[in-house]
Amino acid sequence: MNPYTYQKVTSLDAAVMARGAADCFVLAGGTDLIAQMKAGHRRPSTIIDVKTIPEMTAVSAAPDGSLEIGAAVSATSLAGDDRIRARHPALHDAVQLIGSRQIQNRATLGGNVCNAAPSADAVPPLIVDTATARILGPGGMRTMPLEDLFAGPGRTHLAPSEILVSLVLPSPAARSASAYLRFTPRREMDIAIVGAAARLTLGPDHRIVEARIALASVAPTPIRAPSAEAKLAGHPITAGIIADAATAAQSDAAPISDTRASADYRRELIAVLVRRALFRCAARIGVDVPQ
Amino acid sequence: MNRILMSCRVNGEDHTCLADPRDTLLELLRERLQLTGTKEGCGNGNCGSCTVLVDGAAVCACLVLAGEAQGVEVTTVEGLAASGGGRHPVQQALIDHGGTQCGFCTPGIIMSAVALLRENPDPTDAEIRHAIAGNICRCTGYEKIVRAIASAAAEIRS
Repeated sequence: MNPYTYQKVTSLDAAVMARGAADCFVLAGGTDLIAQMKAGHRRPSTIIDVKTIPEMTAVSAAPDGSLEIGAAVSATSLAGDDRIRARHPALHDAVQLIGSRQIQNRATLGGNVCNAAPSADAVPPLIVDTATARILGPGGMRTMPLEDLFAGPGRTHLAPSEILVSLVLPSPAARSASAYLRFTPRREMDIAIVGAAARLTLGPDHRIVEARIALASVAPTPIRAPSAEAKLAGHPITAGIIADAATAAQSDAAPISDTRASADYRRELIAVLVRRALFRCAARIGVDVPQ
Repeated sequence: MNRILMSCRVNGEDHTCLADPRDTLLELLRERLQLTGTKEGCGNGNCGSCTVLVDGAAVCACLVLAGEAQGVEVTTVEGLAASGGGRHPVQQALIDHGGTQCGFCTPGIIMSAVALLRENPDPTDAEIRHAIAGNICRCTGYEKIVRAIASAAAEIRS
């Protein structure tokens, strides 16, 4: 690793001050950053460790039911948080799939976002749950819908002087649930060939009030699947409409062929995983949709 | 690179040593404190042979900077022995069940198992397998390791 200065910062003000240095990297869990430094892909001159900043390490509930998750909260902490399990089950699914126990004990939600891998498991669940990113820079705090944050593989729209502070998840509606599924050749310790998150909100008549679907590993960034969502909105939930949405999701994606899978195989998986995720949402709401 | 003074708390003892500021926790343990029970395999978080406990949680020491180890409690395989010098039940069970062959992954397996049994004293086989999914063993095929951890769990409960 190249020489760098390690600095533990204990407040957001101190973090923003330090962030102004050239080639400054934010260290949270380090499970991506340190591996990338060892491989020579990242060469920080300064590392600021944000794990002791209170705003970045807490999960706090607002009176309106929204949850603000600090960017440096670990996957293990989120997996053990009953509020995440109850209100944001897709995210709860995802944080238990990232790496091993050793990795989950260190890896953070903000790190998964800022590493900006197209395969990031926590990102599709955040997108279907309408997450907003709170970003602090020298000019103050700004917010951005999380789905607009990604610029390409490994790249975000964060400025070098900015820090992702937290992610805000609005309180889900009644009769609403989410789910995340991925396919990996190995059950553990693997990277998604395709990941699919869905959130369904149903009306009292089992009509779909809102459907949101997001996909991982099928485009240069995590993406929404708008044509699949459009197939569902306003219709009563049936196996037929779920199958139509699953097929439509294939056309929303732009998968590539690489060492993990062919583009054709990824397209097949998109339909399978979107269908299963939607059925799982319905089951979690407590609605039995005959297959 | 100039060395700097670093302090850390490992296995209940405070240590101060000269270290390279770029050291990982793994290098701090092995090269500066001569605690060589913790092994380096892949060096990037995939194999688990460098698993140690940081504030009770299993982590890969290769993915922790030495600077991050200030002010935390680190436990390595050397810190597990009972106060009389005897083996930890997980260590004894791995011997009894033949759960170790070349032995290189064993310290990491032991630390993952100890972390599991502290939070879940009566794990199912599936929970044991999940807990050691981040520990690669190329010798045993895992069966004897899983049996050993289940047996150690029973021993600790009794």
